[in-house]
Amino acid sequence: MTDRYTQAVNSGFTKTLAKKLGLPRPAILRRYRAGDPLTVGPVLVVADGASKADADALAQALLAWDVDVRRQPTDDVRWGAVLLVVTEAAHPTDLAEPVLAVGSVLRSLAPNGRVLTVSRAPVDGDSPALAATRNGVDGFLRSLAKELRGGATGNGVVLTDGAAVDAPSTLATVRFFLSAKSAYVDGQLLRVGPAGPAGTDLTTDRPLAGKVAVVTGAARGIGAAIAKTLARDGATVVCVDVPAAGEGLSRTANDVGGTALQLDVTADDAGERILAHARERHGALDIVVHNAGILRDKLLANMNPGQWESVVAVNLAAQLRINESLLAAGLEGLHIVSLASTSGIAGNKGQSNYAFSKAGVIGHTRATAPLLAAQGGTANAVAPGFIETDMTSSIPFATREVARRLPTLAQGGKPVDVAEAIAFLASPAAAGVNGQVLRVCGQHMVGQ
Amino acid sequence: MATRQKTSAPAAGGAAAQPQTVRDAVVVGGNRIPFSRAGKKYADASNQEMFTAALEGLVARFGLQGERLGEVVGGAVLKHSRDFNLIRESVLGSSLSPATPAFDLQQACATGLEATINVANKIRLGQIESGVAGGSDTVSDAPIAVSEGLRRALLEAQHAKTWQARAKALAALRPGDLKPLTPATDEPRTGLSMGEHQAITTARWGIAREAQDEIALASHQHLAAAWDAGFFDDLVTPFRGLTRDDNLRADTSIEKLASLKPVFGRSLETPPTMTAGNSTPLTDGASTVLLGSREWAESHDLPVLARFVDAETAAVDFVHGHEGLLMAPVHAVPRLLARNGLTLDDIDFFEIHEAFASTVLTTLAAWEDVDYGKNELGLSGAFGTVDRAKINVNGSSLAAGHPFAATGGRIVATAAKLVAQRAAETGRPARALISVCAAGGLGATAVVESV
Repeated sequence: MTDRYTQAVNSGFTKTLAKKLGLPRPAILRRYRAGDPLTVGPVLVVADGASKADADALAQALLAWDVDVRRQPTDDVRWGAVLLVVTEAAHPTDLAEPVLAVGSVLRSLAPNGRVLTVSRAPVDGDSPALAATRNGVDGFLRSLAKELRGGATGNGVVLTDGAAVDAPSTLATVRFFLSAKSAYVDGQLLRVGPAGPAGTDLTTDRPLAGKVAVVTGAARGIGAAIAKTLARDGATVVCVDVPAAGEGLSRTANDVGGTALQLDVTADDAGERILAHARERHGALDIVVHNAGILRDKLLANMNPGQWESVVAVNLAAQLRINESLLAAGLEGLHIVSLASTSGIAGNKGQSNYAFSKAGVIGHTRATAPLLAAQGGTANAVAPGFIETDMTSSIPFATREVARRLPTLAQGGKPVDVAEAIAFLASPAAAGVNGQVLRVCGQHMVGQ
Repeated sequence: MATRQKTSAPAAGGAAAQPQTVRDAVVVGGNRIPFSRAGKKYADASNQEMFTAALEGLVARFGLQGERLGEVVGGAVLKHSRDFNLIRESVLGSSLSPATPAFDLQQACATGLEATINVANKIRLGQIESGVAGGSDTVSDAPIAVSEGLRRALLEAQHAKTWQARAKALAALRPGDLKPLTPATDEPRTGLSMGEHQAITTARWGIAREAQDEIALASHQHLAAAWDAGFFDDLVTPFRGLTRDDNLRADTSIEKLASLKPVFGRSLETPPTMTAGNSTPLTDGASTVLLGSREWAESHDLPVLARFVDAETAAVDFVHGHEGLLMAPVHAVPRLLARNGLTLDDIDFFEIHEAFASTVLTTLAAWEDVDYGKNELGLSGAFGTVDRAKINVNGSSLAAGHPFAATGGRIVATAAKLVAQRAAETGRPARALISVCAAGGLGATAVVESV
């Protein structure tokens, strides 16, 4: 699972050699550790003329987090992040000044720095100029992210339905993107609505304190990382996996101080049993992470019924059935996060069954979101790209190397990167993020 | 049933300690690793590894990480001398609080059940609130001892003060002394193996080969069905890649069993009937059961499967007397049921450990025999008849295998879940009788009841 190339180009003689030869040099990404500063340096906040007030409000929020906030580009700084606030820009020409201001500091952006756009989503009825301006941010951000180096990333917060820049969910999203928790999220624009509890402490190390979470497929890999990350953030975790995976499952449960529930998610009564376990043993159910998934790769021409049906049963139908039970139970503030995949967005040869199931996940997530919103809940999906796991380590060397270097960050992600995104989406402060698909792919070149 | 009764009144004068009361001990759940035939998947797993794995699965199932339990009690029959603190060492290697006390006990094949009785009694007396009972055994990783001659010589040499004395001690060694001793399960007082002993009992009761094979077949079929129905989903945690008991032969048939050659009782006058198919194989494995007071279970939001009602042990004179080696439970059960005002008709499930298929059959035959009831059990007639459909309904040791000390925990957890399921289905209380025979003419029995 180790990425020897990334290690080599970042240390000793091989680092010098790689530099001289002009080889691509993927960075060692900074990842979250409790107590570390939010950003690697001061944060510059720039805005177009009309968005100054929103920029001020955001700057105030950052100051409250003890971030060193600057409003003017200067030469003597290694920037930790640059925030481009264009929420009120109305015409494409409005963006020239702030965008070029961002460009002027990119050379002094610190390794693992962040560029963040804050804009509004185009809506029906926008004037053509307004729609052009708002949609333009999309292409700008995705291109800018590809220009960043040294582990720096670019992401966007896209406000919907009149969400304020200093609303809890907006700030929670800004904080996530600025932080090391979003290390492998790059080139993504996340839509954030106005929902969200006021007065949430966004600086806490335990945003999930008191919450009860269920993670399926928790025996190993990404599932185990999700369980650990949710537990780190304060949640009590019910770890679910098939009985045959019980050995790894009990290890995960004991690592996170949770409980192990040996259960096949495709069982008819899986939802009821999960609900009963969470309520009887832990008194509540606040978060469900649909992580359990299988691969049965085959070209469609060679695929047998079992290969298609098992993938759809585990990856998609089980989630649907469990969600039905959860919805019927009418839980307050339930956060569901499902694992999609970049294969489900961009397609992948030999994975028609898997991609169908994962695109299906995106479909049901969008449809479930409004049903949960009524009770203060959310349904979101996370789409991992190439993540370094037991599963991907079995990919042949050459294919694996190509897959690793294709994203902008030129490396695979770690299971914890997926887990951090899920922990964010599962947190109460992220209530304004609903029905979204967040890619954790290092800005993989395929798809959106 | 009453949950509390005073056993002593407070003494006058206020000087006496608080009065003691007896309360219920309940079975919360269990966990074992799949049992594996000797020399297979667990060939190089130690008792400590296996018991720790079973314990870790239990901790994970019930969220007991960092919990200080009242006591963990268990043991192993085949045990290395270095494992003098087997259970305590396993606790230290587990996710339980290191402040959880533990001790080893051993009662041959009844070890696991005796451990359960012990923990339940401590809970009932209020000495502890919670505890784990269990056991582990490995035939694959069994201790190998040196011969008596070599052992004596080594000890003498170690104690010698001069090199001459040391040389003299070692010079006494003979080539034959260098042969290692493998552990034997033969009865020390008779020199007969357990199988040979049971062959005598089987012949005495005239148990037919076909009847034994039918018991074996049922064991495999019942255990396979229970696995398929998910009965063990919350009773077993896989270990070392093994996800089911690997002795289980779901596809065995009466014809296959009938084709096996008898291995025990070949020197008897009657035709031998006991084969590898209707005798338990040597097996590796470990099991645990979680018990607690009702209050402890409730305060930890834990389920309760059954109440541990009572237990009785017995021993028989198989050396000088005429009783069979494995017949002790036959004597224990009538006493146990009488003390609790129960009869065989009050029992919904009979968990009779299948040391051999014929153990079950000789037990039933003895209970049905009028003379035996009068002369051996001191009853007015036959003890009674057991409905065959109530015996080992989810399989037993013939199919699962029998890692000696681990069998008790397997049976207690299975019995507790069976009565809980039955009570949930019918809305009426259900009871299970557990009977485990053991080497040395020992036997342990117990009753669990739905709550």
